[in-house]
Amino acid sequence: MSVRITIDGKVVEAQEGEALIDVAADNGVYIPSLCYVRGKPCLGTCRVCSVRVNDSVMASCTVPVTDGMEVKVNEPEVTDMRKALVELLFVEGNHNCPSCEKSGRCELQAVGYEVDMMVSRFPYRFPVRKRDHVSKHIFLERDRCIFCQRCVEFIRDKESGQKIFSIDDRGTKASIEIDVELADKMPPEQVREASDLCPVGCIIEKGRGYDEPIGQRKFEIQSVRERALMGDEK
Amino acid sequence: MSTTTKNEVASHELKATPMDPSVQAARDEKIQVAMIGLCGCWGCTLSFLDMDENLLVLLEKVNITRSSLTDIKRIPHRCAIGFVEGGVANEENIETLEHFRENCDVLISVGACAVWGGVPAMRNDVSLEDCLKEAYIASPTAVPQAKLTIPYHEDIPRITTKVYPCHEVVKMDYFIPGCPPDGATIFKVLDDLVNGREFDLPASMNRYD
Amino acid sequence: MHQQIQSILSLYHCDKTRLIDMLWDVQKLHGYIGDEAVGLLSDGLNMSPLDIRETISFYHFFITRPSGRHQVYLCDSVIARMNGYEDVRAALEQEVGCAFGEVNDTNIFGLFDTNCIGLSDQEPAMMVDDVVFTNLTAAKVKDIIGQLKQGKTAGEVANSAGKDRRDVAYVNSLVSDNIRERGEVFFKPGLDYKAILRGCLNKIPSEIIEIVSSSNLRGRGGAGFPTGLKWRLCGEAEGTEKYIICNADEGEPGTFKDRVLLTRSPKDVLLGMVIAAYAIGSRVGIIYLRTEYRYLKDYLEQQLQEFREDGLLGNKILDTEFDFDIRIQMGAGAYICGDETALIESCEGKRGTPRVKPPYPIQKGYLGQPTCVNNVETFASVCRILEKGSDWFKGMGTDESTGTRLLSVSGDCERPGIFEIEWGVTLNHVLEMVGAKDPMAVQISGPSGECVSVAKDGERQICYSDLSCNGSFMIFDKSRNLVDMIKSFMTFFVHESCGICVPCRAGGVDLLHKVELLLAGRACQKDLDDIVSWGALMRATSRCGLGTTAPRPLLTTMEKFPELYQQIIVQSKGPLLPSFDLEEALQGHEKAYKTLVPEEVK
Repeated sequence: MSVRITIDGKVVEAQEGEALIDVAADNGVYIPSLCYVRGKPCLGTCRVCSVRVNDSVMASCTVPVTDGMEVKVNEPEVTDMRKALVELLFVEGNHNCPSCEKSGRCELQAVGYEVDMMVSRFPYRFPVRKRDHVSKHIFLERDRCIFCQRCVEFIRDKESGQKIFSIDDRGTKASIEIDVELADKMPPEQVREASDLCPVGCIIEKGRGYDEPIGQRKFEIQSVRERALMGDEK
Repeated sequence: MSTTTKNEVASHELKATPMDPSVQAARDEKIQVAMIGLCGCWGCTLSFLDMDENLLVLLEKVNITRSSLTDIKRIPHRCAIGFVEGGVANEENIETLEHFRENCDVLISVGACAVWGGVPAMRNDVSLEDCLKEAYIASPTAVPQAKLTIPYHEDIPRITTKVYPCHEVVKMDYFIPGCPPDGATIFKVLDDLVNGREFDLPASMNRYD
Repeated sequence: MHQQIQSILSLYHCDKTRLIDMLWDVQKLHGYIGDEAVGLLSDGLNMSPLDIRETISFYHFFITRPSGRHQVYLCDSVIARMNGYEDVRAALEQEVGCAFGEVNDTNIFGLFDTNCIGLSDQEPAMMVDDVVFTNLTAAKVKDIIGQLKQGKTAGEVANSAGKDRRDVAYVNSLVSDNIRERGEVFFKPGLDYKAILRGCLNKIPSEIIEIVSSSNLRGRGGAGFPTGLKWRLCGEAEGTEKYIICNADEGEPGTFKDRVLLTRSPKDVLLGMVIAAYAIGSRVGIIYLRTEYRYLKDYLEQQLQEFREDGLLGNKILDTEFDFDIRIQMGAGAYICGDETALIESCEGKRGTPRVKPPYPIQKGYLGQPTCVNNVETFASVCRILEKGSDWFKGMGTDESTGTRLLSVSGDCERPGIFEIEWGVTLNHVLEMVGAKDPMAVQISGPSGECVSVAKDGERQICYSDLSCNGSFMIFDKSRNLVDMIKSFMTFFVHESCGICVPCRAGGVDLLHKVELLLAGRACQKDLDDIVSWGALMRATSRCGLGTTAPRPLLTTMEKFPELYQQIIVQSKGPLLPSFDLEEALQGHEKAYKTLVPEEVK
């Protein structure tokens, strides 16, 4: 059923039940996100797509649109909340862009630019998290993990359907884990898929390194905003 | 700054040569800027020079007092803008930063090290003790049979327990990320500020690497 | 080993949604869940071993390495700390011979911390294996540990008279009820459950829902959602099966009324579930019981059995076509499982991660089917409403908060325990009733609730529209340091955050850091402003109730007791920020020098 909602005062048409973040993108309104992948089930973990819906703040990837919904995306308070959430992620892990292979194709970095982050308002923590380089094809740089759960949910062993990536423990002690036996069976294209799906430089494909020169990297060719508005999956 | 009891004269304590009054008058009208590199690589200062001919545009309006370029060691009089690159990694960095905060109206953290610690902060992964041990005691380049020690003396600034972003030590007003930020970015920020415009770094110019 | 795990797997038909039950069985058998067991389970369930570890590692009470013959979990809560916790902790370390977090040399004892275990009226208290010990003192600890060292089981020490674990006398021997004030709704002896249920089964389901709706009963878990409406929506939702779940996860620090209801009036609760099942068309019910209450399990199983024998559960209930049965799902230690979607995930054998909503449980809940989750007290109220009618129930309380509520009262008062109050009584009234001397503040509804000032809020009414209360009622007198209490609550939230969403996982840590700055005398006005703004961020953007309520103790004490905070903040002296710890920053070098460089070289 077709419904009408307003986004920042502009009336737009959408299909009832469509995810708000998609409806916004289809109508030229960019809402940043770090866990949502268009076309895949909503994860609702990063909350960076928070917007105001009928006066309450909601993560727009979790909101199915209904008729008459009033949405505010670029209102100052909620805009600052999105920025604050990105800033939280930058202090929670070690996001040293100058030394990271993912720089230039990292969604966290690209979204940082979109929300105008210059510095984090939160104290930098410099967590010490163990790296895992055991598997044949993948470096697991745990101090960059933002716990988006994309790899946990969307990358499975082709044969058994089992999880290759998983989360151990909970809260501040949580850590991303990799099943080495299953990971070593991953075909090259799945390794690339996992590494590209990772919104940060946590899942790094061994042997790839800094393969694109500065100025020609993914988000330098086309910003994360432009990609989202074009309906690109990520 | 701690004063030493030794019979030494620091360069900044030497008498200054008086300035030609007309030059002085022209300078006095300009916006005074002080610059410093704390713990970093001076790459941001090089980037500052990278603004090429824009440097001349900027120098029409500003006078650079203390900086590594002018080799003036202390801020001679109150400045409007303090340009700080590098993070805080030792006692001297703390004192310098205090000096800047006390003598500048506006302080800008320039570059990854000043903004969040940057490359020097990679040592925050390990304890300072392990760091010093690796560098001086268990070092593969240590002189055989030498009595190994680590530098620790009243004349040497103590190294801080960890590396801090500048704004966790004193209040900083603006931030220019980047490692280093490029010349055009630095020019944009300084040009805006000296012309009385708001700090505004668009997403298209913002870079963390 | 192989044989044992196989039989566990076949007991649950290799159904991975029963993983938590299997893990409990393994732990009971081996004392912990080792790598080999995980490997065998993973083969049997077609899950990667790490996938199984995801579940194990989420829960506080699952252990993965040998941790002593007896596991001692001492409750570390604000209330315990007001009642001699430190002495008991020291005595335990002394008697056992190891520090907390460790196993002693003889591998007999493991000492661990745990959060509120639902015994705030008799703290300090600890869990040892499958029993609890309350009102602890150093002397009592010495005696208990001494007996365990002699080879007795924890059960033998706690229940020296050897009462049957299925009998209420057994529960009584472990814990006290402390029911201080009774009202009209709860703890009524001699109810004729058959007659009540027969009365229900003579009506059509929509009539039952109508009665519950017109009683204005609202969910007693805290959120206060109208029970009748929830049932109607669940009844109308499409599904091949519908489920009733009783939330007995009572994890909110300071509350213990569900423990007492399940002890004193378990059948009120069970009948409430049966009535709900009939009303929405469910055949399967689950009681989600927190691990901390595992000493109630055999007793509750017995109650279920008696219900079955009386024809009130099972097939053809009271000779009608209505079938319904209930199983008990043990939790494994996670506060977040009090959230209904996290609880459902846990019932499905997974990590207790709150789901993305919508869909809501009434649409897609347990196993993807419409599910109605209600609190223990809600079900007990239902039983009485169907017995006495909605008008009777509405005659108590206020217009929008009908009936009565059980308060779990703890802290600085003469009579900690259970008080049944009519909604609408004032805070002062309750404080007088419980014998609170010099009260300064009351933490209403536990850490997730609000802190009120007795001086400012004494005449406020306990009801949904004013001081909403989930049952937890912790009293602090004028001698207490509220900021210390806030630190304890924030630590609790950081510990219990599931970590699925950014604001709760990361934001909680930063708020706790601010509280630590305040207590260290290194916070300034800017830090208070940050707390307000970061608290608002967590409230607005967190995925579930844990994150949205975590900043509340801090924000509400700042609102009610601004002077406490103004007293401890400092002004900047010079350019250095008060939060910058110069001493800490400069001492590392000297320390390293002293440690690394031998004396003769210095």
